[in-house]
Amino acid sequence: MSARGLLFRHESVLALLLVLTLAVLAQQSDKFFTMANMLNQGRLMAEVGIIALAMTFVIVTAGIDLSVGSILGLVAIVMGVLWQKAGLPLPVAIGLGVVLGCIAGFANGFIITKFGVPPLITTLGTLALYRGLAEGISQARSVRGYPDWFFTLGQGELWGIPTQLWIFLLLAIITAVILGLTPFGRATYAIGSNSIAAEFSGIPVRNSYLIIYTLSGLFSAIAAVIFVSRVSTTRSDMGTGLELDVITAVVLGGSSIFGGKGTIIGTLLGLTLMQALKNGLSLAGVKGDGTIVMIGVVLIGALILSNLFQKKGDG
Amino acid sequence: MNTAAVASNVPSRRWQWVRSYGQELVVLSGIIVLMIVVGLYNPRFLSDNNLISIFSGNAYIAVAAIGMSIVIMSGHIDVSVGSLIGVLATIAGTLAVGDYPVWVAWLVPVAIGVIVNTAVGALIAFAGIPSIVVTLGMLSILKGGLISITKGNWITNMPGEFLIAQQRWLGIPAPVWFMVFLTVIVAVWMKSWPLGRSFYAVGGNPEAARAAGFSPQRTCVLAFMIHGFFAGIAALLFATQLQVIQSTVPPNLELTVITASVIGGVSILGGTGTVIGSTLAAILFACIGSSLVFLNVSAYWLRAVLGLLILTTVLADMIRRHRNRRSL
Repeated sequence: MSARGLLFRHESVLALLLVLTLAVLAQQSDKFFTMANMLNQGRLMAEVGIIALAMTFVIVTAGIDLSVGSILGLVAIVMGVLWQKAGLPLPVAIGLGVVLGCIAGFANGFIITKFGVPPLITTLGTLALYRGLAEGISQARSVRGYPDWFFTLGQGELWGIPTQLWIFLLLAIITAVILGLTPFGRATYAIGSNSIAAEFSGIPVRNSYLIIYTLSGLFSAIAAVIFVSRVSTTRSDMGTGLELDVITAVVLGGSSIFGGKGTIIGTLLGLTLMQALKNGLSLAGVKGDGTIVMIGVVLIGALILSNLFQKKGDG
Repeated sequence: MNTAAVASNVPSRRWQWVRSYGQELVVLSGIIVLMIVVGLYNPRFLSDNNLISIFSGNAYIAVAAIGMSIVIMSGHIDVSVGSLIGVLATIAGTLAVGDYPVWVAWLVPVAIGVIVNTAVGALIAFAGIPSIVVTLGMLSILKGGLISITKGNWITNMPGEFLIAQQRWLGIPAPVWFMVFLTVIVAVWMKSWPLGRSFYAVGGNPEAARAAGFSPQRTCVLAFMIHGFFAGIAALLFATQLQVIQSTVPPNLELTVITASVIGGVSILGGTGTVIGSTLAAILFACIGSSLVFLNVSAYWLRAVLGLLILTTVLADMIRRHRNRRSL
């Protein structure tokens, strides 16, 4: 890639925007660049981040998964109910919850591949279904009183860094390697660019979809366990609207909703920019809801900018 | 395939309309079956009061779904409509309790709805950003803006003549009139006028539509303009339902509206569907919600039932399409 091409990549534009944002925000509050604040922000973004990793694969295949927030809520409720009402040991309940997340994701993939229903509609349906099951099972009652050891996952630290940040980083490295360096990753891009051509090239398109949507369910389930551990309680409305945060991070990170384009590094940049804006603005005195406005503005602005640069870069 | 089999697959003229309104008939029979079954179980389900609340309670969703259907038919989507309705309802209420005449409080939100969504449509059509991304951004902007400006304060003491959703004309609640009139007008317009038909053309095949002389860009902006207009009317019906406006975004409203369009037979692939279907679907939702109450089922299962309903309708639609394709 030429130097010019590298400069005009979406990731470069984004990195520049991120540095600029960090510099401006650091001016606004001296609390922003402290280690404690940074680590705390890392703790808060781990759940959205973990799901965004899987969502990158989904969006690169030109798909979308709106049901991730609902899977998170369903897994959290089932885990809590299995432990408290059914009296199972907590590790077993967690294990079953994660399995359920995989099944929920697989079901999405199955409906999409077997019946040819567009991902947007499939996951819109399961968004309602999974959240409905969570509400029906819980009957709006929360589950509390988890044992102390469970909280190390969401509230504890390992070598001075929040536990869930380690998990997030590990998963980020694994997914970056898979998407960037393996045949499966190349196949993911090929499917997103042109699924029919991919099929004729001998790529197992259907199985790839199944794996990717199951992965999305699995990562949502992992995020659910971390979420419950962080806030010490389980409620059926957990993760409502989370899908929008996740998709915003991924799209901000340069993945194209039309498929075939996107990287894990881009997603990490998009995610960090989003979290930095939320945190920095609130430290600078902007109220919580004003920060949501900024995220919307940045999302649309970044895409307009990136479209402009790409047109220039091409010519 | 032999000729006899082909012949048997060609529907006679009399049955043609059954096929072209297949999804609408499915939803309509859903409503009728539900009314009969639940009515037999508990006759009070069919009382005047309950029927009126079923038909008028979801009228604002039906009106919003008209615009959403046009947007989806022309190959786009709008996930920000719930936030837009929340914002417009708050604007209407604020004007109504201010010293403005009632017609200003009615017209201004509708105009703002048209302006906002025209901008959204222009961004999609001319900046080349996918509709889901633009409307995702709009959702954040509208929702965040609304809460940070109103601080979630409720609007109360609205003048009585402003509360249009609580008025009755000829004994029938005004929202029902709005729902029926707007649905019929748009359905006829989309079936018979060239401009109305252009949404189907562009949604079905943008390239072919361009070759036939329709501009996909202009159609996109127009679809969002109309959608903004209906969002404005939906906001008025929503705002005047109760004596207070909560100044927040009604949760999950955008999903309910999209779901009504999809269950009503609007294909997310673009190009098919009618607004009659989406209106019937909005009535069906109200029917299901009310049925759960009369059947003594916990209301917490409502969302699960809706989810199952979306999946079964869409699966049935897909299977029907596969069969049609095979029989050709």
